[in-house]
Amino acid sequence: MSEKKFYRQPPPGVNPKKLPGLLVVIEGTDSSGRSTQIGLLASWLEQKGYAVAQAGLKRSQLVGEALEEAKKGNVLSPRTMSLFYATDFYDQLENRIISALRAGYVVLADRYIFTLMVRDIVRGADKDWLKSLYSMAVVPDVTFYLHLSWRALVERTMKTYSNLDYWESGMDLGLSRDWFDSFSKYQRKVRTEFGKLAKEYKFIEIDANHPVEETNREIKSHLEAMLEKHYINGKQ
Amino acid sequence: MKKETNQIKGKLIAVEGLDGSGKSTQIHLVHQWLVGLGCRLFFTEWNSSDLVKEATKKGKKRQLLTPTTFSLIHATDFADRYERQILPMLKGGYIVLCDRYIFTSFARDGVRGCDGGWLKKLYGFAAIPDATLYFRVPLPEALARIMSGRPNLKYFEAGMDMKYSDDINQSFEIFQGKIMGKYDQMVTEYGFRVIDATRNIPSQQDEVRKYIAGKIDLAQYMKKDGR
Repeated sequence: MSEKKFYRQPPPGVNPKKLPGLLVVIEGTDSSGRSTQIGLLASWLEQKGYAVAQAGLKRSQLVGEALEEAKKGNVLSPRTMSLFYATDFYDQLENRIISALRAGYVVLADRYIFTLMVRDIVRGADKDWLKSLYSMAVVPDVTFYLHLSWRALVERTMKTYSNLDYWESGMDLGLSRDWFDSFSKYQRKVRTEFGKLAKEYKFIEIDANHPVEETNREIKSHLEAMLEKHYINGKQ
Repeated sequence: MKKETNQIKGKLIAVEGLDGSGKSTQIHLVHQWLVGLGCRLFFTEWNSSDLVKEATKKGKKRQLLTPTTFSLIHATDFADRYERQILPMLKGGYIVLCDRYIFTSFARDGVRGCDGGWLKKLYGFAAIPDATLYFRVPLPEALARIMSGRPNLKYFEAGMDMKYSDDINQSFEIFQGKIMGKYDQMVTEYGFRVIDATRNIPSQQDEVRKYIAGKIDLAQYMKKDGR
């Protein structure tokens, strides 16, 4: 287990053999409780004696600010947005995720290339182009996909934001002038694409409709076995 | 986001070459010539989009960039210029003159270790130029031309991130040599017209103009309203 896989090849200068850590990805739409779950997992892992590093999208120092600025203005073409996100992703991958894996950490990633790919696919991007773009990403040791029922998604979104987010409603796509209608259409497209990726990339689907603790127990039971196999049997 | 080549009425001219090959002078003269003929012309430079300039500057200053993010930041810049300027201009029937094009990335990022197939796919959305001019000078001469200007070489420009040498001038020389090797490899694949940039300026320009006039029916691009 000590050698990490990459979708096609590692980024220049990265040795896949020297990455003893464990990459755990949590995917799921907004309101699916990703960050709550990650917070709980991080303390649980640390209490068990594993060092934890967290990563997410849009947190890098490189283009984070420029990206936020650009989103406000809504002036970038979909492809420019794709590439901005990809730059940000690789900055995080190389400077944060890979360094932590090299040091033997458990990396908890709050979303990964899958969210980025889905976001672009529903905006008409070519899937082969995207796959090539992200082909230097580390293949996660496990990807959990937090799945919410449609009703729960709507209720949690309304409760959290009390109004709908422009991007999460896909308003840039011109699906509908009605905000809720656009949100519904956009989120359905997103879920359909996620469903396809779930099969292709073998996500572990987690029912996120349950109370937080129950969902967390389910994730932990999957992780427990993995950790043992990876760190103890593997003598990492 | 697919290529729509059939809608493209305009023509694309790309100019490539090492720093010190004199290509900027030649582009300026081509520009003057086409404007003088009354052609619909749009000129654009590598790495010049306002939107990504900030991020590039920041990343370069902090030396945070890896070969991959360096490459992607330039691809972002290019995509922004391509989709907002180059492609619309081409569709609108303009001649678009590019000071450096995707081949600059293929050469530089290729030297930095980015996979050739990955780069090609990354820029797969960009049209292949109708004419690509490659200004070629032997490496020692290109270096002599740059160094005689006592340049203030910058970290990434000199390929210092590649750790070829602690001496910035020496690093620059090694880096430029490798880039030239990459350009030379692309000549046949992309049909570059190699211009011997050791010759005097007007002879080069004469060859360039003849080549462009042979590739593009310039009369089609002259403005009808006499302006």
